[in-house]
Amino acid sequence: MFYQPELETMPREELEKLQLDRLKKLVKRVYERIPFYKESFDKAGVKPEDIQSLEDLQKFPFTTKQDLRDAYPFKMFAVGRDEVARIHCSSGTTGTATVVGYTKNDLDVWGDCFARFLYAADCDENAAIQVAYGYGLFTGGLGAHQGGENAGCTVLPMSTGNTKRQARLMHDFEVDCLCCTPSYALNIADVAIEMGYNPAEEFKVHAGILGAEPCSEAMRKDIETKLGIQVFDIYGLSEVMGPGVACECEKQNGLHVCEDHFLVEVVDPRTLQPVPDGEWGEVVFTTLSKECSPLIRYRTRDISRIITGECECGRTFRRMDRIAGRTDDMMIIRGVNVFPSQIEEEIVSFPEIAAQYQIILTTKGTLDHVELLVETVPDFPFDEVRRLEQLKKDLQKALKDNLQVAVDVKIVEPKTIERSEGKAVRIVDLREGLH
Amino acid sequence: MISQLTVFLENEEGRLASAVRTIADANINMQALFLADTSDFGILRIFCDTPQKACDALTESGFRARLIDVVCVRVDNKPGELANLMDYLNDNNINVEYAHCFISGDYAFDVLKVNDASLDVKLAAAGFDVCKPEDVYVTD
Ligand SMILES: [Zn+2]
Repeated sequence: MFYQPELETMPREELEKLQLDRLKKLVKRVYERIPFYKESFDKAGVKPEDIQSLEDLQKFPFTTKQDLRDAYPFKMFAVGRDEVARIHCSSGTTGTATVVGYTKNDLDVWGDCFARFLYAADCDENAAIQVAYGYGLFTGGLGAHQGGENAGCTVLPMSTGNTKRQARLMHDFEVDCLCCTPSYALNIADVAIEMGYNPAEEFKVHAGILGAEPCSEAMRKDIETKLGIQVFDIYGLSEVMGPGVACECEKQNGLHVCEDHFLVEVVDPRTLQPVPDGEWGEVVFTTLSKECSPLIRYRTRDISRIITGECECGRTFRRMDRIAGRTDDMMIIRGVNVFPSQIEEEIVSFPEIAAQYQIILTTKGTLDHVELLVETVPDFPFDEVRRLEQLKKDLQKALKDNLQVAVDVKIVEPKTIERSEGKAVRIVDLREGLH
Repeated sequence: MISQLTVFLENEEGRLASAVRTIADANINMQALFLADTSDFGILRIFCDTPQKACDALTESGFRARLIDVVCVRVDNKPGELANLMDYLNDNNINVEYAHCFISGDYAFDVLKVNDASLDVKLAAAGFDVCKPEDVYVTD
């Protein structure tokens, strides 16, 4: 089901014309209205008139998260205060917040982007959606809410918390679609089961539009089985808009980017040069229609790739892969890009192995050597050497098959892998010549 | 069945000493200790008094430790006793995961790890002197 078929299935040629038209206006507008962009374009020696094709954007400088922090609070706004309808803020654990403003039109576009994926999940005016993202400065709650209203759904503004009530109302109100983070969806499912429900059978809910945090394939399967739903992975960071920048369609094979509103590029995070479609790199967005907080070539630090080819669903918007990690965490091992999330994905598929792990990178001869320290779960029968050796072999094989890199697995005592209150140190890089 | 205390050890200097010291500090006496090791880790198998207390002390000190049920047969300390036991197991197609022996007093104790929860009953029926926990250590 399409929400805006004329846009979502627009022939590529026509879509690219629309993009170029919007891009020209955007670049001119930010140059005139946002001092940061005037300065940054002047420094790079580029002018708005330099945009003659979509490729010309590559001559323009990037915008980083730090640039947004430096603009705190409103220096990146391209409209007067009278036109700002809402403000969202990303907190982040370090540095100051990044502030994003929305005009009335920006909110409407956002709602439409989200609504497209509600339709993809078969939810129109006959559907009820339960929004269990937090409402507030965080973009999840109100983004999904507006999406539901634009799609004409009945919206249940639950926000987070009171999980028993979430489960009960999901059942009693015959909710069709759940919108929240994957971990909270799993939590609701578990609580519903504890309460004596069998949500997969007894709940009407058939879809979950889940985002704002990474979701491993194992976790996704778990949610799908427990709730009896199809999970749609939705992407969007508050700096760019919020959830709805891209989302999976019913084919669950990549996230369609709303390309009428966002230009997506994938660049090598080291050289900042664009990589060919299909190759992994850092995702960069240019907002084509945002009025209040437009962005030129914003570096998301999220790692993904463009999935080549057309999607069977009929949408012509290109797809990006599910986020494989953050550039901050990317390791280059023997020339192969590896993300901790890929290793995590393998670890969680082994119930015998505990969630803690540590990767140690060293140089052996001239080659990178990867050692992965893991622990067994407390009730693993480690009394038998054979079982331990087999487990080690199986994990090594799974890693080799999926990462294309040989990993030396070492099973260690529980005290070996440091546990810290905040973020654990997952990667120890002791390679020569890197620092 | 009797309780064997099994401890997972990394092949790292001082870990064995530290495990043994932890048991000593809990004032627990050991009857026997065996170490099976591979290139990156070791499995320490211990018979001691109050095995649950020893296991808790090790776990609290950060060791991966657990109690494993094993069969223990008491035989005379003379040639051929272990061979008789092994012949019985072999004749009855009982697969042994691992085995070890130790001597205490006038007797030898043959310890067997098998995946057959009824083995102690079968051995007793066949005339073997199958130990109860209190025959080997102070129970807790
Ligand atoms: Zn599709």
